[in-house]
Amino acid sequence: MTREFIETVTTRSNPHIDPSLHIWGWEITVYLFLGGLVAGILILVSLLQLKSGEIPRSRAIRHMPLVGLGLLSLGMGALFLDLEHKAFVWRFYLAIKAGSPMSWGSWILLVIYPAGLLLWGLSMAANERAWILREVPDRLFQPLQKLFEFIEEKRRPILIGNIVSGVALGIYTGLLLGTMSARLQWNTAVLGPLFLASGISTGAAFLLLFRPDEEERATLIRWDLWAIGFEGLFIVLMLLGFATSGEPGQFAAHNLLGGPYTAAFWSLVVVMGLVVPVLMELLEMRRHLPVTLLVPVFILAGGLALRAILLLAGQESNFRLLP
Amino acid sequence: MARNSKKRYAMTVDTRQCVGCKACVLACKSENDVPDGYCRDWIVEEVRGEFPSLSAEIRSERCNHCSDSPCVTACPTGASHVQEGGVVMVNHGKCTGCKACIGACPYDARFVHPKGYVDKCTFCLHRVNRGLEPACVGVCPTGTLAFGDLRDPDSHVSSLLRTRKSKVNHPESGAEPNVYFLV
Repeated sequence: MTREFIETVTTRSNPHIDPSLHIWGWEITVYLFLGGLVAGILILVSLLQLKSGEIPRSRAIRHMPLVGLGLLSLGMGALFLDLEHKAFVWRFYLAIKAGSPMSWGSWILLVIYPAGLLLWGLSMAANERAWILREVPDRLFQPLQKLFEFIEEKRRPILIGNIVSGVALGIYTGLLLGTMSARLQWNTAVLGPLFLASGISTGAAFLLLFRPDEEERATLIRWDLWAIGFEGLFIVLMLLGFATSGEPGQFAAHNLLGGPYTAAFWSLVVVMGLVVPVLMELLEMRRHLPVTLLVPVFILAGGLALRAILLLAGQESNFRLLP
Repeated sequence: MARNSKKRYAMTVDTRQCVGCKACVLACKSENDVPDGYCRDWIVEEVRGEFPSLSAEIRSERCNHCSDSPCVTACPTGASHVQEGGVVMVNHGKCTGCKACIGACPYDARFVHPKGYVDKCTFCLHRVNRGLEPACVGVCPTGTLAFGDLRDPDSHVSSLLRTRKSKVNHPESGAEPNVYFLV
């Protein structure tokens, strides 16, 4: 039986380009994961305060913006490790490129730090602020006291500002990949909202790890269920979009529907990261079962797996693989 | 931007004349001091069809210096930019080695130079500006490669593209490549 075929032989063997692209490794996975997680933390801590009209009851949640900034710094450290020309890192801040998500990202990261610090100050209890004012050197007492008064006056704009910058950070981590149409697996606008939904879910999971107050916990679980629902919806839309488009899309769909990344994607991202947590959270809520740390751990692992799998699958999918 | 520049440099590769001798690859490495193990241009041999009706094509490939270059758009620092004649270049002093341009390139024509910056074909602009041909074109023993200004109707490439059938690699990428393969 005859069979049409194509055989391509190339003399090119550039490191990390051939036989298939592998320019981004664990560093970018960690960065995208922590970026999404911190986006989720900022959004959720702000929403909790907007909802209740008061500071968070749980001590851990009150200080979570500062923890988030620490995690973001770790992520940026990983990003820095990935740079090949490290001495030129400052070049990111000498340009604003409207078409480059990496350029927006550099500036968004710069906004996140002051926004997160203001949110931390806003979330503190009166005795915590008083303790800080007692401990700081005398010359910082007045400015810090004025700062606390200022953020108290601007409570609502600061909370909304943190939600906006969190959404920008979460979406950017997805668009960073989603705008690279040369990689068939990333060629979908859904990646931005998908990574944002996943970021909110992992942010909620991270907050739940610290066993917050009962009411805050119930609220976080309810919001997490919504985030997971949207994440599932965006995954379905992504797969539908790929499967119903042309050859590049079909290739990307096959990667997750029968191809090499199918088992990892469905078991780690969908079952462990979405389905099992939803069932367990619903059981916990409806049946008032004892709280376990298993659900947050599964969600965090699923969020990490989502980014790792899409990062790898995307780099390996390009136009060269099409007939 | 490339669209408004006075010249639009392009290259044609005659797939009916290329024998895959790799002289273009060696000339480029020598001219541009490309490090061992890396290349800015390369040879692709493609066999397709249904046995026994097979067809073979040999192509000398490189950066396509796209008119709508996704690498330039993706670059966060402006290191990747468009120069005279629409030639896509990398300013080594601005490159952070973030590799966004490599991810964005539909042709995988870029690589990270061992010194840390991203490197690629420059159409030998340093030679072209002195009135010379790119090294690969100058050394090609079969006359496979031609280089010139698409906006000049009398240039060799314009004339070849008028009189011969041509194609570009992966037009579906939407990048509007400027390396044409004569078939």
